[in-house]
Amino acid sequence: MTARAIEDLLRELTPQVLGALVRRHGRFEGCEDAVQEAVLAAAVQWPAEGVPDNPRGWLVTVASRRLIDQVRSDHARRERESRTAAEVVPEDVPDTDDTLVLLFLCCHPTLTAASQTALTLRAVGGLTTAEIASAFLVPQATMAARISRAKQRIRAAGSSFSLPRGAEREERLRVVLHVLYLIFNEGYTASSGRELHRADLAHEAIRLTRTVHAQLPEDGEVTGLLALMLLTHARRRARTTASGDLVPLDEQDRTKWDRAMIDEGVELVKASLAGPALGPYRLQAAIAATHAGAARAEETNWRQVHALYLILERIAPNPMVTLNRAIALAETEGPAAGLALLSALDGDERMAGHHRLLSVRAHLLEKTGDTAGAYEHYRRAARSTASIAERRHLESRARRVRP
Amino acid sequence: MQFLISLHINPAVLDALTDEEKAAIGDGHAAFIAALKESGELITTQALVDPSQAAVVSVRNGQPVVTDGPFLESKEYLGGFYLLDCENKERAIELALRIPDTAIEGLGVEVRQVMFADGQLEA
Repeated sequence: MTARAIEDLLRELTPQVLGALVRRHGRFEGCEDAVQEAVLAAAVQWPAEGVPDNPRGWLVTVASRRLIDQVRSDHARRERESRTAAEVVPEDVPDTDDTLVLLFLCCHPTLTAASQTALTLRAVGGLTTAEIASAFLVPQATMAARISRAKQRIRAAGSSFSLPRGAEREERLRVVLHVLYLIFNEGYTASSGRELHRADLAHEAIRLTRTVHAQLPEDGEVTGLLALMLLTHARRRARTTASGDLVPLDEQDRTKWDRAMIDEGVELVKASLAGPALGPYRLQAAIAATHAGAARAEETNWRQVHALYLILERIAPNPMVTLNRAIALAETEGPAAGLALLSALDGDERMAGHHRLLSVRAHLLEKTGDTAGAYEHYRRAARSTASIAERRHLESRARRVRP
Repeated sequence: MQFLISLHINPAVLDALTDEEKAAIGDGHAAFIAALKESGELITTQALVDPSQAAVVSVRNGQPVVTDGPFLESKEYLGGFYLLDCENKERAIELALRIPDTAIEGLGVEVRQVMFADGQLEA
């Protein structure tokens, strides 16, 4: 087995081994550390000595030993006498897949989004603290502190290792999906330096969402989120130039889109829309699928895009959605209609001075022929964004319409 | 999101503080650093030497020109900074408000988001 294949296997086994351990011993915090150590041991040992016949069993055994060592040394410290902790090394490995339970635990509502994403990537994704720190461009010590604090909080909240039920389950699943979405976005919006690492986050988010989808194939929002990720990720090779400049959707070379990924995404969208109620991820995926269906930008079915945004606006009102609807409206009814809709956002505090509002207004002003207004708004938008790639793009737009 | 909290100091204002006030500022920063480390939000923090020790460098006609002293003649100078990684701008502001300098007239605390980062952070 290649080093890469071993790495993939370890990442896949991490949540299963952690689940088995927590089921047996409780204490999520200690188990998580023990599994991380066992996985590191395997990463060193397996490439040199070969992968054991039962890799999952090997990891459970090694992690259990680590956990027992840990319990013993805690014990010794506390009581200064060495009373042996019961040695429980499991011979059998339970078959249940606890990935979902772990995800619910890592996305505990008492944690901040930053802690939820970090803990999810480590405990469920099987990434090391160093890898997570490097993906988020923070020092390892910062990330280690964040993860350990998150685990303490989960312990303090006294969560049980089981799936929440009923309405709570629904609510908690939304948090899980949001965390997966955040991980994906973190990779997708890579704007500086180490794009490679950050693209891995998008890949990782897709992998984790696939796992959730496999366990909850009937949930339309899970399906929708997976579709949205695939349809967005399919455009990755077309959305930047070789020099890292952003290419907007209507100027992308659509032959560079990943067809297989789009086909999979479109199939998932169809399946998700067949369900009873509509949700925001399904609708966003349907919008992405509509764009994917146009071989050229001019062939985009803007009426359908607009109709989908209208429904999205109704079920999940948000100024960003209105902003996107204004773009679609401008395509079907003309730029003046789009600008009129934008003026409805002027009073919204969340959008005040937001670079997206400024850049969309600039774009629509440009279409009406108001180059002076477009120039001014492109320049203001360029100053407001926190992304270098986006700033460069907006500055070049400003130069193009300079009066 | 990463934010730089820059601390703008005024040497005259600092000189006018009592020893107790100075010690309270030091303690306040120590407590702030400890809390940030514990929450996993601190990337790094550094304090700079007195602005009189600065050197301004430029190249004119291919020749280096080095002048002692700060670039801007001003009452306030950059005294140091905190580099944080936190949830959003609201959180960065909430954290910045805990810095003891904010309670002293004449000292400035400024919050700005980081746009680009590279290099080794592990020192």
